[in-house]
Amino acid sequence: MKRSGLIAGLTLLTALAIAAPALGAAALPPGLLERLERVVSLRDYNTRIVIAGVSLLGLAAGAVGTFLLLRKRSLTADALSHATLPGIALAFILATAMGGEGQSLAWLLPGAFVTGVAGVGVILLIRHTTRIKEDAALGIVLSVFFGAGAALVKLAEQMPKGSAAGLDRFILGRAASMIAADVLAIAVIAVIVLLVCTLLFKELRLLCFDQAFAASQGWPVVLLDALLMGMVVAVTVTGLQSVGLVLVVAMLITPAAAARFWTDRLASMFGLSAAFGAAGGAVGAVLSALFDGLPTGPIIVLVCSAFFALSLVFGAKRGLLLRTVRHLGLQRRVAEQHLLRALWEAEEEQGPQSTATAARLQAHRSWSALALRRQITRLRRRAWVRLDAQGGVGLTAAGRVEAQRVVRNHRLWEMYLIAHADIAPTHVDRDADRIEHVLAPEMVERLERLVAAQEGSAAVPASPHELATPAPGGRS
Amino acid sequence: MTWLPADTSIVLSGALCALACSVPGTLLVLRKMSMMGDAISHTVLPGLAAAFLVTQTRAPLPMFLGAAAIGLVTALLVQWVRDLSRTDGGTAMGIVFTALFALGLVLLRLPAIEHVDLDPSCVLYGAVETAAIDPTTVFGVEMPRAALINGIMFAVNLAVLLLCFKEFRISAFDPALATTVGINATLMHYILMTMTAVTTVAAFETVGSILVIAMLIVPPAAAYLLTDRFGVMFILAGVIGAASAAGGHIAAIVVPEWLGVGDTVTSGMMAVAAGAFFTLAWLGSPRHGVISRLILRWRLSLRVMREDILGIAYRAQEQEGPATLPPVAATDAIARLRRLRPIIARFALTLLRRRGLVRGPLEQLALTDRGRAEAARLVRSHRLWETYFSHQFPTLPADHLHAPAEVLEHLTDDAMRDRLGERTSEPSVDPHGRAIPGASSGES
Repeated sequence: MKRSGLIAGLTLLTALAIAAPALGAAALPPGLLERLERVVSLRDYNTRIVIAGVSLLGLAAGAVGTFLLLRKRSLTADALSHATLPGIALAFILATAMGGEGQSLAWLLPGAFVTGVAGVGVILLIRHTTRIKEDAALGIVLSVFFGAGAALVKLAEQMPKGSAAGLDRFILGRAASMIAADVLAIAVIAVIVLLVCTLLFKELRLLCFDQAFAASQGWPVVLLDALLMGMVVAVTVTGLQSVGLVLVVAMLITPAAAARFWTDRLASMFGLSAAFGAAGGAVGAVLSALFDGLPTGPIIVLVCSAFFALSLVFGAKRGLLLRTVRHLGLQRRVAEQHLLRALWEAEEEQGPQSTATAARLQAHRSWSALALRRQITRLRRRAWVRLDAQGGVGLTAAGRVEAQRVVRNHRLWEMYLIAHADIAPTHVDRDADRIEHVLAPEMVERLERLVAAQEGSAAVPASPHELATPAPGGRS
Repeated sequence: MTWLPADTSIVLSGALCALACSVPGTLLVLRKMSMMGDAISHTVLPGLAAAFLVTQTRAPLPMFLGAAAIGLVTALLVQWVRDLSRTDGGTAMGIVFTALFALGLVLLRLPAIEHVDLDPSCVLYGAVETAAIDPTTVFGVEMPRAALINGIMFAVNLAVLLLCFKEFRISAFDPALATTVGINATLMHYILMTMTAVTTVAAFETVGSILVIAMLIVPPAAAYLLTDRFGVMFILAGVIGAASAAGGHIAAIVVPEWLGVGDTVTSGMMAVAAGAFFTLAWLGSPRHGVISRLILRWRLSLRVMREDILGIAYRAQEQEGPATLPPVAATDAIARLRRLRPIIARFALTLLRRRGLVRGPLEQLALTDRGRAEAARLVRSHRLWETYFSHQFPTLPADHLHAPAEVLEHLTDDAMRDRLGERTSEPSVDPHGRAIPGASSGES
C-alpha cells in the first residue's frame, strides 16, 4: 500500500507539474509580463477587490475548516452548501413580491443561510429518527434541496417583476462580480470567525477530540456544535458568490487537510490551514487574472488541491516522503540485524571466529544474492563484518557486540513467550523475529527480570528451540 | 393541464433513468457509500471533457469510456487519499471530487473544447424536456433517444446485478465475509463504481449530473425504510424512482400553472418528488416509520400503565385486606399516576374496565376476580425477579432490587415466570418479606 501510495502521489505531482504549464501555455496571452506586473502590483481596482475578497474568504474557511475536518463533518458542508440554493431562490421571490430589490445580497444571503441551516437540521433528523446512515442522509438532503432550488430558480426567473438573471451564478460562482461591499461583508465574517475560533479555541478543541469527555465535564456540547456549524454556514454562504456552492466545500476542507500533514498540534494546524486558504485564494485570483478565460473559483480550488498534493508528499509530520524514508530506514536496520543474528548463530554452531558462506546465509533467510551482497557491503562499511580469503562472511569484534545484543533480545523475548504466554517453543521464533529490533532498554530489563536471566550481564542465553538448520551443503 | 405525447416521452425517459439508477443506488446505500455516488456524478464532468479532448468527438462510446475511466480514477484516488492522509472517507471524497470538478470546469474553458455543447449548467440540470423529444429510430420503431439510452443502461445494470446477485449481496452487508468465502470484494467495489459512473453519464442528459444523486440515493433510501429484504429493496427502489419521475413531471406542469408562470425545471421537480416519496416512507413505513414507531411506543406505555394500575390495586388490597373497599391506598396511587400521565392513565383505566379486570369508579376501584388473577401473575413476576436478583447478587442492597424488577415484570411471559420460579426454588416470600402469589393463583 505504501509503495503504491508513493507512486500515486508522485504520479499526481508529475501530472500537476506537466498540466500546469501546458494549461498556461494554451492560454498564454501576449504581453504576459506586463500583465503579471499589473496584477501583482494590484494596479487594477477589480483585481484588487477580487484578490482581497477570496483571500479573506480562504482565511476564514481554512480556519473554521480545521474543526470541521477534525469532527469528520466534511461532507456535511457539501450538503449544506447545496441546500442554500432554494433559500436564494425563495429570498429572491419573496423580495420581489414585496417590491424589494431581489438581487440584493441583503435578501439572498439570509435566505441561503436559512435553508442551509434547515438542510443540516433535516440531516440530523433523518439520522436520529431512522435507520438511514449519515452518508445517505447527506445525499438525500443535498439532492432534494438542490433539485428544489433548481426548480425555484427557474420559477423566479419568470416572475413578472424583477430580473432573476444570473441567480445561477451562485452555483458555479463568479468572483469577477464581486464589489467592495462584498469584500467588506467577507471581512466582517472572517473577523468574527477568527475571533470566535480564538476565544473558544480550548472548547472547540475538546469538542473535536473528545466530545463525550467535554459533555461529561459540563461543557455545552450541543451549543458548541451548533456554533461551529453556524460558522460553517456563514462561511459557506459568503463563499457562494465567488467559488460557487459546488466547490465552496473545497475551501473549507482542502487547506485543513493539507495542514494536517505538517503538524500534530491543533494551534499550528489552525494557523497553517488559514494561511493555506488565504494563499490559495490569492494565488488562484492572480492566476485567473493573468490568463484569459480561467474561471476564478475552480482555479482557487485547483491551487488548494495542489497545496494538498504537495503537503501529502512533502509534509513534515505525516508526508509520504518522510514516512517512506523512515520506513526504508527501519527496513534497513531490520535487515542488518537479521544478518548479524544469522552470523552469530553460525558461530554458535561452528565455533567462534568461524565464517559462513554466502550460500548458507542465503538459505537462512531467503535473501536474494543481490540483497545479501548489499547488506554485507553495508555492514563491512560499519566494520561489523569481515570477509575471509575464501569469501566466507564472519563477524568482527565490534559486530559481535552488536550481534550479541540482538540475539539476546531475540532469545529473551522467546523465553518470555514460552514462560508467560504459553506459546510452544516451535512457534516463538517468528514473533521474536519481529520484535527484537524495537525492544527498548527498559523493556529488556523487565524481560530479564521476568525470565530470571542474569541481569546486567550481557551473556546470551541458549536458544530455547532448535535453530533452523540451513540446507545441507551450505556450510563452510 | 393537457397531456401531450411529449409528456409521455419525458416521463418514460425519466422513469427509465430512475430505474437504471436504482440498481447501483441501492448497492451504494447498503454499502454506506452514497456520497461516492455524489462524488462520481461530479467527476463525470472532467471525464467527459478529457474524453472529448482525446477523441475530438461527442460520440457516445468515447463518452462512456471516459466516464467509466473517471469513475475508477475517482474511486482509486479517494482510496489513496484516505489511506495516505489517514482522514475519514468523507474528507477524502470532498478533496478528490472538488479538485476533479474544478479541473473539469477549467478544461471546458480551453479553446479546443469551448465550442462543444458541454454547457456546465446543462451538465448540472440536464435537459429532460428536450432530450426526451429528440427521437431516434430503432428496428423501425421511433422512440426518444434519452429513453433508449437509459433503457439500455437499465438492462445492462439489471443484467450485471442478476449475474452477480449473490456476490453483491454478501459484499454489500459484510465485505470481510465476502473475502473469506472467496468473493473478491475489491473487484465488486470497482464494478459498482464503474456501474455508477456509466449510469451517471447515461442519466446526465436526462436529469443532470447533480440530480443523478437524487435518483441514485433517495428512492433506495426510501426503499430501505420499507423493507428488510435485499431483493425487494431493488424492486421498491425502482418503483419509487419511476413514480418520482412521473410525479415530478406532473408537478412541473401543474405547479407553475398554479403560480401563473411559464414552466420550471422538470429534473428538479423529479428530485423534489423523490424527496416527497422519501418523506412518506419516513413517516408511514409499517416497521421503520416515525408514525408506526410512535404508535408502538404509545401502545407499550399503555400496557405498562395498565399493568401498573393492576399492580397498585393488588398491593393496596393486599395491605388493607380483600374485604376493605374502597382501597384507599389504590385511590391515592392512581391519583398520583393520573397526575403523571393523565391521558394514558385514563385510557388504560377505561380499557381495564371494558375488559372486566377492574370495576367501579376511580374512587372505589376494585379488582374483579379475573383482574386479581392477572395482577397476581404480575406481582408474582415482580417478586420472583427481586428474589432472583437477591440470589444472584447477594451484596446488592435490598432497596436496589425494586427498580430492575419494576421494568422486567412487564416483559416476563409465562414460560419465563415458570423458569424464574424453578431457579429460585419457589419461595413463598420475597426479599422484602411480602408473600409471592403462587404459580396456580394466576389460574384461579
